[in-house]
Amino acid sequence: MDVLNRRTVEEKIFKLFMIVSICIVIGSLVIIFGLVIINGASSISIEMITQTPTPGNALGGGILNAIIGSLLLALPATGLACIIGIGIALYLQKEFSHPGFANFIRFTLDVLWGIPSIVYGIFCLMIMIALGMGSSLLVGIFALTLLEIPIITRYMDEAIKMVPIGLKESAFSLGSTKFETAIRIVRRQAFPGILAGILLGLGRGIGDAASILFTAGFSNRIPTSLFDSTAALPTMIFNLYSLPSGQPKAYAAAFILLVVVLLISIISRVLSKRFMKHVIR
Amino acid sequence: MLSSTIQIETKNLNVYFDKHYVLKDVNIKIPAKQLTAIIGPSGCGKTTLLKSFNRLLEIHDEVKISGNIFVDGQDIFDSKGDEIPDIRKKMGLISQKPYPLPMSIYENVAYGLKIHRKKTKKGELDAAIQHYLQEVGLWNEVKDRLHDPASRLSVGQQQRLCLARAIAVEPEVILCDEPTSALDPIAAQQIEKLLLKLKQNYTVVLVTHTLRQAKRLADYVIFLYFGMVIEQGPAEDVFNNPKNPATIAYIKGDIS
Ligand SMILES: Nc1ncnc2c1ncn2[C@@H]1O[C@H](COP(=O)(O)OP(=O)(O)O)[C@@H](O)[C@H]1O
Ligand SMILES: [Mg+2]
Repeated sequence: MDVLNRRTVEEKIFKLFMIVSICIVIGSLVIIFGLVIINGASSISIEMITQTPTPGNALGGGILNAIIGSLLLALPATGLACIIGIGIALYLQKEFSHPGFANFIRFTLDVLWGIPSIVYGIFCLMIMIALGMGSSLLVGIFALTLLEIPIITRYMDEAIKMVPIGLKESAFSLGSTKFETAIRIVRRQAFPGILAGILLGLGRGIGDAASILFTAGFSNRIPTSLFDSTAALPTMIFNLYSLPSGQPKAYAAAFILLVVVLLISIISRVLSKRFMKHVIR
Repeated sequence: MLSSTIQIETKNLNVYFDKHYVLKDVNIKIPAKQLTAIIGPSGCGKTTLLKSFNRLLEIHDEVKISGNIFVDGQDIFDSKGDEIPDIRKKMGLISQKPYPLPMSIYENVAYGLKIHRKKTKKGELDAAIQHYLQEVGLWNEVKDRLHDPASRLSVGQQQRLCLARAIAVEPEVILCDEPTSALDPIAAQQIEKLLLKLKQNYTVVLVTHTLRQAKRLADYVIFLYFGMVIEQGPAEDVFNNPKNPATIAYIKGDIS
């Protein structure tokens, strides 16, 4: 009787613990969205996404320059990180490298993953100064690329490593070459994992402020060349928030950033579901 | 002793995984267009022997092989690296756990035809795919969902799909590694029936750890024990008049 009682109490406490944990997560999301919408409501308008800031009045107009800036920074950076990442990830497979060395590189990537983005920002700033360059779209792209490489590479690596040996044997036994096996079979099997990594990298790139603060600089205009400074959504939020009575507009910008990040998550879900259906377990 | 021609022959085949000595001086002959069963306790090297025939062992770096394997009289180790796919193409492989390719049912069968540029026109391809799926008795079950992912099929259906995919490459030999061990009895029976049918046109090599399956299906039997060939010959001889004490013990069920 006593034992039974103790076990039901244990069960109840554990259940309560799980419910509280879940409430904290869901609650934070709701509160963040709520705060951003309530505080930004007065500034949320269609002009926010169709206009650049009014010259001479940073509180007038919209933040189109930051939206475009964010895309011009994060999309090329993600593309570059993918190209470099796939090279490293393929090299890490046992067909190409010594397992000990591969694990050392994996460890290095995990350390890089953990480095705060401000450090990447300062690192690129130093190189930028050494080369006599100014803050620009180009340097910002490089900073974000460095930030995204560890994430994207580790996801690609794990996804490729998880392809069952039996599946590769099947492909080889049908007379596939190594190249055909990699391109037609391994790629398909690993694709959902690779895609998840790419979209996670993109999300990190779009949302990060510290790495582009000094490297991409700031501007109220849409950049017209790689050497122009540019605003991005996170730096725009930072900038607006520090202006007197700029807070409603900063919240409206934050709302737009949240929507963009949310969209990336949803796209990632939908796509990986589409590609998951063929995956062999 | 063998009435038909020899399809596969090994001479002093030795295989090591690193320092682990797995196959020891294996000398066997596998007759063409018959069903040869490789039997023996688990861990004795059956899978290793099977995968040496199509040079699949070599995808593991730690493997070392010496000796010869002749397929149709040709030593397969004479061919250079870029000819290995052609050696593999001669032999379909059915593994213990079916691994359909990560694509649709249709594309699974089409895969081999496409990479070997056998059929390229849509109409020809469709007809070929129907033919091979019919060969393995899968057509009626899947004809309305050819473009569904192969991963949605049952394990038994996946195994037959793997068989269809293999014969679509038009091999001479079908290598089967305990093809029924993951299947329910009915699906296992379907595979056994298919193997009996296929041996009319293909050389079938069947690794099995169930003696009864070997008795039901085999024309020729190879008994492998601790990496050594202990006995080989026509099935009736090995099962009814085993000569070696180890074979006798295995057939009686004393070792398993
Ligand atoms: N990739 C491998 N690396 C190291 N040892 C292996 C590997 N594959 C098989 N072996 C060893 O080789 C021996 C024979 O294995 P296997 O051919 O799979 O036996 P069976 O199929 O008869 O059960 C076993 O002792 C096994 O541990
Ligand atoms: Mg085995």
